[in-house]
Amino acid sequence: MYGNDFSPPEDGPGGGLLGEVEAAEAALREAAARARRGGPTPDEDLEAYFADVIDADQKIEPRDWMPEAYRKTLIRQIAQHAHSEIIGMQPEGNWISRAPSLKRKAILLAKVQDEAGHGLYLYAAAETLGVSRDELVELLLNGRQKYSSIFNYPTLTWADVGAIGWLVDGAAIVNQVPLCRCSYGPYARAMIRVCKEESFHQRQGYEILYTLSHGTPAQKAMAQDAIDRWWYPSLAMFGPPDAESPHSAQSMAWKIKRFSNDELRQRFVDMCVQQAEVLGLTLPDPDLRWNDERQSYDYTQPDYDELMQVIKGNGPCNRQRMEHRRRAHDEGAWVREAAAAYAAKRAEKKEKVAA
Amino acid sequence: MRARRGLSHTHVGSLHAPDAELALRNARDLYTRRQEGVSIWVVPASAITASSPDEKDAFFDPAADKVYRHPTFYEVPDGVAHL
Ligand SMILES: [Fe+2]
Ligand SMILES: [Fe+2]
Repeated sequence: MYGNDFSPPEDGPGGGLLGEVEAAEAALREAAARARRGGPTPDEDLEAYFADVIDADQKIEPRDWMPEAYRKTLIRQIAQHAHSEIIGMQPEGNWISRAPSLKRKAILLAKVQDEAGHGLYLYAAAETLGVSRDELVELLLNGRQKYSSIFNYPTLTWADVGAIGWLVDGAAIVNQVPLCRCSYGPYARAMIRVCKEESFHQRQGYEILYTLSHGTPAQKAMAQDAIDRWWYPSLAMFGPPDAESPHSAQSMAWKIKRFSNDELRQRFVDMCVQQAEVLGLTLPDPDLRWNDERQSYDYTQPDYDELMQVIKGNGPCNRQRMEHRRRAHDEGAWVREAAAAYAAKRAEKKEKVAA
Repeated sequence: MRARRGLSHTHVGSLHAPDAELALRNARDLYTRRQEGVSIWVVPASAITASSPDEKDAFFDPAADKVYRHPTFYEVPDGVAHL
């Protein structure tokens, strides 16, 4: 409907991103139906067995043997992903009470609630790898695990909520759709769920911007300003350029990652250009132009030094986000305690009745 | 979760809860925000005993050599109806 259809390089039917998610889901079922093999045979080398399962495009499941590095990489990636969903609630949560109508408030509330759900699906997926959610939350709170740097930018106006939906959720979808084909079963299945829900997020953001850009000149200017500020940080969401991305090659070999950072970034740019035209807004890149040879747009790279600075903790809102999360965690302690006390009391009662 | 009347329950995911009643409520909030189900069962993970996929070959071996359990094993002579 909003023209976010693009032809993927080689996989999936041309049904846009949602079509690709469905194709990934079908591929998952199809691979399961092929059920190429069971566990390793008694004298089979475990590494060879693992490689064989990956080669056959079969999913690795929680109780399968897997290399320690594969497990560690997945825990790190899934945890970071879960943290991002949870921290990502803040910039938009900020606007729930100030959204311009009851309808917009209800929609934004539902979207932010979805993000909490995404965080929980992902924590549950990480837990299948033998780490507890408490441990992961602790790693976030003490700063040893990161979340996506994009959420360290402030939401200054209502148009920012639109820009986040369109660009930030949009970039997240481009990143996540290939993860629906990830070799680790629980992660792939969680991503299928997440991606189906994300498309509502992207469309509601686009609709906010469309409404603003067809409103008063001041509203249009506000929408343009939001895009000007969110464009490059969104491009940076795909991570450093391939040449400087040390983990990528191994993740590709394990089929955790399916496309490189630069490929995904290019895909995102190519999608956005036409969508911006329909909005009547400009992407803030004077060098953005169609390259006939590459059949893609040439564009200006985001500032990767800035990205590194934000990752290191020096973005505009890093401190605020972490403080807020710690406070919410501490202030929620009584809820956790009350729930546990209530459960204990009920268990006691049951025991008495049984006795 | 049972997606619709007439379908069997299917596993949809995991969650944390102090007791079964809260687990049900959390499951409703987490997994049915878009009317994905009409019935939910929750089971504590500790109550599940799983056959490991590692055991797949040996554990499920007994079924491997009994092709005659499948109707396609039998050759039906030409002209036989309703079989
Ligand atoms: Fe999300
Ligand atoms: Fe989202």
